[in-house]
Amino acid sequence: MIPGSSGREHILLPVKGSFMALSIIVALLFNLLPWRDLRGVPDLLALVIAFWCIHQPRKTGIGIAWVLGLVMDAANGTLIGQHALAYAVVAFGAQWLHRRILWFPIWQQALHVLALLLVSQGLMLVARMAAGGTFPGWSFFSGSFIAAALWPVATYVLLAPQRRPEIVDENRPI
Amino acid sequence: MERQTPPFFHRGPAPLARLGFFAVLSVLLMVLDARFRYAEPLRQVLALAAYPIQQLATAPVTAYADLSEFLASRAALQRENAALREERLKRAPDLLTLEALKAENAELRKALGARPSAPQEAIFAEVVYAGRDPFARTVMVDKGSQQGVQLGQPVIDSGGVLGQVTRVHPLLAEVTLVIDKDHPVPVQVVRNGLRGIVYGSGDGATLELRYMATNADVEVGDVLVTSGIDEVYPAGLPVARIAQVERDAALSFAKIVCEPSANVNRHRQVLVLNRAVQVPPPPEDAKPAGRKTVTGKRSRRNQ
Repeated sequence: MIPGSSGREHILLPVKGSFMALSIIVALLFNLLPWRDLRGVPDLLALVIAFWCIHQPRKTGIGIAWVLGLVMDAANGTLIGQHALAYAVVAFGAQWLHRRILWFPIWQQALHVLALLLVSQGLMLVARMAAGGTFPGWSFFSGSFIAAALWPVATYVLLAPQRRPEIVDENRPI
Repeated sequence: MERQTPPFFHRGPAPLARLGFFAVLSVLLMVLDARFRYAEPLRQVLALAAYPIQQLATAPVTAYADLSEFLASRAALQRENAALREERLKRAPDLLTLEALKAENAELRKALGARPSAPQEAIFAEVVYAGRDPFARTVMVDKGSQQGVQLGQPVIDSGGVLGQVTRVHPLLAEVTLVIDKDHPVPVQVVRNGLRGIVYGSGDGATLELRYMATNADVEVGDVLVTSGIDEVYPAGLPVARIAQVERDAALSFAKIVCEPSANVNRHRQVLVLNRAVQVPPPPEDAKPAGRKTVTGKRSRRNQ
């Protein structure tokens, strides 16, 4: 069996660094939209970080995730280091699990990602409660569920530039 | 010769070591930020770097708001105009007597030897977006240190006290709302002058008047105004109206829930007030002697 083989398998083109950067910037842009608060809003940046750490673990890493987290903290006015820690943990978990996750069908991959996102949000909650914040209610975690549900969409969109046009050729082996 | 990994296998430190490094760094930053507020320069730099992206992200929303304002129907504008005219007419008698009362007040204060109340200056600002941090209640306004906004300035809207500037960026400022759990405002009940401190209750809509005795003379409908003794808020600004009083003999304090006077969740235009703090000079005659005895005592105790 080949990773991600819940059906037909494609051989992908190599990823472009510029597309990875673009996807991260678009996710950051989404996160910085003027939401009323972050409850119920999927953290697309965490999702994209998890995606690239699973699919391209050698090109992204904990350091990049940490810096992006710092930018989120500064822009959101949250505790400096809160998102940085959470994203570093997401990146680490994704890199740690990347060989395992891709063997599963897409919905079970989403379950793995859900666990990663929930752990990162739990860390943020612990950090803020320790610093004397108000408990924002359990709806705080709903964003992770929505983000995990978006995993198949993210996979489709972010892998799209790497797919080759499908030309049916009976003589070609792959 | 020692054996080394071939360069094409080289991937830097182990992931766990990297995670440990960054986690320790994050925790360090969080402690520095939460306990000592040392991380502010870093935040300023990062916020400035994120500013273009943030502007880009808020642009569609502000553009939509501006467009809907521009395309407001004639009927709606006429209705609003009529309402505003009516309101002005209602307030006219008060306004007409205000000048006379001001002059009278100044005269009386002079007669009493009280220091004159300082005139208020204000910076007009608009709320850009509500703070996204679900752990605190804040809004961001479009004026920053470039426009003269300073840390700790009180912010009001047409209804009353909105909050206080808690973080100043070059072009934006963060205002912590009165409904934030950690935001106390010293207040006074208008009806009987009873002083107290009102805190946000943390549910995002109401305030709580804490530390009032169970038998305190507080009733539903009482209006709370700033008492002015904290030198942050000028005295007499409306803060809240008492909505519910629960007196339980088993507890030493009454549970008093209030509704904010300001439109904490719907406002757009706000005023950042210049704090005119005039700390009275310490009394002159008693100062040198008192200070000497204090230092004397302290030095004796140390020996």
